[in-house]
Amino acid sequence: MIDYCWLVPFLPLLGFLLNGLLGKKIGKKLAGWVGCGSVFFSFLVALKIFSELLSYPASERFFQKTLFTWVVSGNFNINIGFQIDPLSTVMMLVVSGVGFVIHLYSVGYMGKDPGYFRYFSFLNLFVFSMLTLVMADNFLLLYLGWEGVGLCSYLLIGFWYEKRSAADAGKKAFITTRIGDLGFALGIILLFWTFGNLNYTQVFSQAPSVLSHGGALITAITLLLFLGAVGKSAQIPLYVWLPDAMEGPSPVSALIHAATMVTAGVYVVARCHVLYELAPLSMGIVAVIGAATAIYAASIALVQNDIKRILAYSTISQLGYMFLACGVGAFACGIFHLFTHAFFKALLFLGAGAVMHALSGELDLRKMGDLKKYLPVTFWCFLAGVLAISGIPFFSGFFSKDEILWKAFSSPHGGFLLWLIGFITAGMTAFYMFRLFCSIFLGKSRVEEEVKPHIHEAPKSMTIPMIVLAILSVIGGWIGIPHVLGGKEHFGKFLSVVFEKGPETHGIIHSAKAESLLMILSVLVVLIGIAVAYLFYISRPQLPKNLAEKYKGPYKVLLNKYYVDEFYNKAIVGPFINLALWFWKFIDVAIIDGFANGSAYILGWISGVARKVQTGYVRNYALSLLLGAVVILAYFVLR
Amino acid sequence: MDQNILTIITFLPLAGAFILLFINRVFANTIKAVAFLVSLLNFLLSLYIYFNFNSKISGMQFEINLPWIESLGISYHLGIDGISLFLVLLTTFLTSIAILSSWTAIKEKIKGYMVSMLFLETGMIGVFVSLDLVLFYFFWEAMLVPMYFLIGIWGGPRKIYATIKFVLFTMFGSLLMLVAILVLYFINYNNTGFYTFDLLQILKTPVPLGAQFWLFLAFALAFAIKVPLFPFHTWLPDAHVEAPTAGSVLLAGVLLKMGTYGFLRFCLPLFPNTFYDFVPLFSILAIIGIIYGAMVAMIQKDVKSLVAYSSVSHLGFVMLGIFALNVQSVEGGILQMVNHGLSTGALFLLVGMIYERRHTRMISDFGGLAKQIPKFSAFFMIVLLSSIGLPGTNGFVGEFLIILGTFKSNILYAVLGITGVVLAAIYMLWMYQRMMFGKLDKPENKKLLDLNLREKVVLVPIILLIFWIGIYPKPFLSRMEPSVELVLKQAKAKYELTNKNKILDEKFCIQNKPHKKIIDEIYIKDF
Repeated sequence: MIDYCWLVPFLPLLGFLLNGLLGKKIGKKLAGWVGCGSVFFSFLVALKIFSELLSYPASERFFQKTLFTWVVSGNFNINIGFQIDPLSTVMMLVVSGVGFVIHLYSVGYMGKDPGYFRYFSFLNLFVFSMLTLVMADNFLLLYLGWEGVGLCSYLLIGFWYEKRSAADAGKKAFITTRIGDLGFALGIILLFWTFGNLNYTQVFSQAPSVLSHGGALITAITLLLFLGAVGKSAQIPLYVWLPDAMEGPSPVSALIHAATMVTAGVYVVARCHVLYELAPLSMGIVAVIGAATAIYAASIALVQNDIKRILAYSTISQLGYMFLACGVGAFACGIFHLFTHAFFKALLFLGAGAVMHALSGELDLRKMGDLKKYLPVTFWCFLAGVLAISGIPFFSGFFSKDEILWKAFSSPHGGFLLWLIGFITAGMTAFYMFRLFCSIFLGKSRVEEEVKPHIHEAPKSMTIPMIVLAILSVIGGWIGIPHVLGGKEHFGKFLSVVFEKGPETHGIIHSAKAESLLMILSVLVVLIGIAVAYLFYISRPQLPKNLAEKYKGPYKVLLNKYYVDEFYNKAIVGPFINLALWFWKFIDVAIIDGFANGSAYILGWISGVARKVQTGYVRNYALSLLLGAVVILAYFVLR
Repeated sequence: MDQNILTIITFLPLAGAFILLFINRVFANTIKAVAFLVSLLNFLLSLYIYFNFNSKISGMQFEINLPWIESLGISYHLGIDGISLFLVLLTTFLTSIAILSSWTAIKEKIKGYMVSMLFLETGMIGVFVSLDLVLFYFFWEAMLVPMYFLIGIWGGPRKIYATIKFVLFTMFGSLLMLVAILVLYFINYNNTGFYTFDLLQILKTPVPLGAQFWLFLAFALAFAIKVPLFPFHTWLPDAHVEAPTAGSVLLAGVLLKMGTYGFLRFCLPLFPNTFYDFVPLFSILAIIGIIYGAMVAMIQKDVKSLVAYSSVSHLGFVMLGIFALNVQSVEGGILQMVNHGLSTGALFLLVGMIYERRHTRMISDFGGLAKQIPKFSAFFMIVLLSSIGLPGTNGFVGEFLIILGTFKSNILYAVLGITGVVLAAIYMLWMYQRMMFGKLDKPENKKLLDLNLREKVVLVPIILLIFWIGIYPKPFLSRMEPSVELVLKQAKAKYELTNKNKILDEKFCIQNKPHKKIIDEIYIKDF
């Protein structure tokens, strides 16, 4: 089956073409089947590939399949080809698996939308692009997938394009990520001129010999690639598009803006770990940006009132964790967190979708409360997601997050400060997630009276996907239980071929005590976060209001997201448009056309003057003849 | 066949135009049909060249060389190579498309219109296949005539201003080029003792450095205005805004490429030393064009003028590629000429289609069209993606190769140039949002009809090409590669020889003895 790995991205592409070209003709039911079915079969093929891969010994789990030559010019020769190895297989499974579940959810969620066909064709196109991104065997094809997912993100954020804010958000997402993509493209170009090739195998095998450790060139390459990752994975300073992206339908937020596309940056950094390991400075920057983003976004999430935006900032924060892991050299941990995060964050978004569905589109958590009795399934699923992301022991997020914190502390690239930031963020995460959870499902109902009678649990097509994801959120982490808890770390071992060094067993033996201690600490901080949230939003709901009153300044800054959007608008967008206006009105119209039209005008004026010489009167001509004769004579006489 | 095919495709449209003259103008549909069939036949004939083109040969193919005015050394010399091949194909393709697109848009003086279109096609193909300087100049100027009428008669409200501006700008440049052609003619005579305007002969003549400078400038000015390179671009928005749709399609699709083609076919091989010296200046002008064009495009209120300024930006990419002087960048540049012809041509077609329905091109008059005319919006989106260079479409392959090649020559130019990719996304997506997204609140827009069959037939071939070049550009790139390599190699060899032998005589070397030795050396080595 590995030889047919191209089927994995090809099937969703087929679904896209079918629904995109024939959607209206084949009818809603069949369109839904095509949309879900194509991704489902793609998932099956991915599973088959995974099982075949397992049958090979660990060191031989590597295949490349070239389809045809794409771009060839001089010595620049790029193929369309796919690579199957543990890393791409994990990504394939996440993308097609979570993708399928979300497609299924969409059948119910988007059932009444007139843009049903458009929706499914875009969603299939997204899955195709994302699979291309993770399966490519060279950087240029990766870039194709990279831009492709950006396009689908744009189209799906602005899916309800009649809403101004949705169209704006889509555009903002595309442009902001494209700024990062500039760096990405330049990084790829620099790679090509350094290695004469863009195939992963060639680049990574040559890298240690061609590039000097910590040299300027490798630092430049890795930082340029990271710039692309910063854009796509919404890190500081290019994160601004992701909160706005919540204008899209909830399943889109779940799939694209939580589980898959936004993690593409993490995937790229992990994929290029050979390069990053050669550039300690870049690693440091990745770790610092990751940690800073983690705590920064978490702090904004503390006070937001829009449930999807809270989840968006939470996603940014969790992505920060993943980069923190990569930055300290724990690439497998980063991917592990990506893996578990895909389940619980997708689940939370689907849960938010179910809540919106029940409340006729309401997003403000101040108008919710006590929904537990109306939405029991959603309640339990959401709870699983909240426990997982908060890092309650034995839920999936616990293992992956804790491993990151431990690596941030113990790795030679890490340090106490990075750990501390991650540690505090963990507490904040628990707080804002439980704030969200309590405000939606517990406490007193604040639902508006006219909405109340319509509250209803979601249909089966929506609840079943949530249940599946809830189960995965609970058990998804068990494949990576660390040694210190008696686990086998299957996940890390599976990936270790890709990341070569594998789980750092030597470190673990020496500091099992420290690791256990940190684990206890982080569980404690999580519990504190939960307790505070419970105190604030269940037992004494007056407290947060009083606090907000008391610390008005900081509260306003957080509520307004540090005024970063306003700053970008004032400092960049505004002057940019003014400059463009000046270019047009002044340089084009006034100077260049002024010159062109001016010379025409002057020419016209001169001929206007010269024309007057030709009066048509013989006496005038006779006079000028005479004058001429005098001048000539005078010249010869006086010479 | 091989010898005559170029003559046939060059003059078949003219013959068609001649036939049209004998059809009574009351039979408007017959006139349209004949014109379309002639252009379609010509396109099919040009495919013969594509399929029989030998991608191993770097020099000219399908050559024909007959004496024309023997006493002056003017010959009828046509030929095609990997550089001009796709420009000829683009011309025959776009002319058919353009004629089909004017089916209902042009309501009066149809006969004159179709005659002008076919006449224009002959002029455009002639420019790309001429290998004699006089012949080239003849076509170069001849092409202005039908374009002058196309804008001046079938244009918008400010058509007279626009068409005169267009002709004067172009003429101003080409006049100096004529002088330069004559000087080259005499330099060649002094070197060889032959009077000839044959480009392939003159290419073998080393041009003294001092003369190169002035001759280069004369040629470059003509081409730079045509491209148009900043700051010679202001005729373009006016001409585009006023021109009828088909005129804009051919103006952007083909006419602008004559400038970039001229740099590659004439300036580089004839005057390599000066060309090399001018790389920084022209690269910087190209970069200014990319950024400036994009920024000014962003704030246009008229869609057509937005697309016109976007052309300034796109052609800046092409120029950047050509002046980076390596295989990737030049191939990217040529491919991008084709890409721009397709995507910008399609944008003008789409704008024309909406103009025909609404009689306005102001962005603010639209909004929410995606709901009313979804097919139109979908086509628009695909073309837009090609225009902003999304991977998988043709625009990406061209732009990426240009930046890749430029990066090798000069990192700074590449970094500055690539910002154009973000700017393109900004102006295009903003425009698209304002036209297609939002609420459908204007009553006039609620009556709009979606694309009809003819319009789809016009657009679908372009869409297919957009994806073909985006996904499998090899047939294109492999055909142009040998010719590009040859041009670059010859220019370099000539550059080094001219430098080595210090042919420094400033005064146009009229008094010089033939540089026989040098000529032989180049001739034996490289031709």
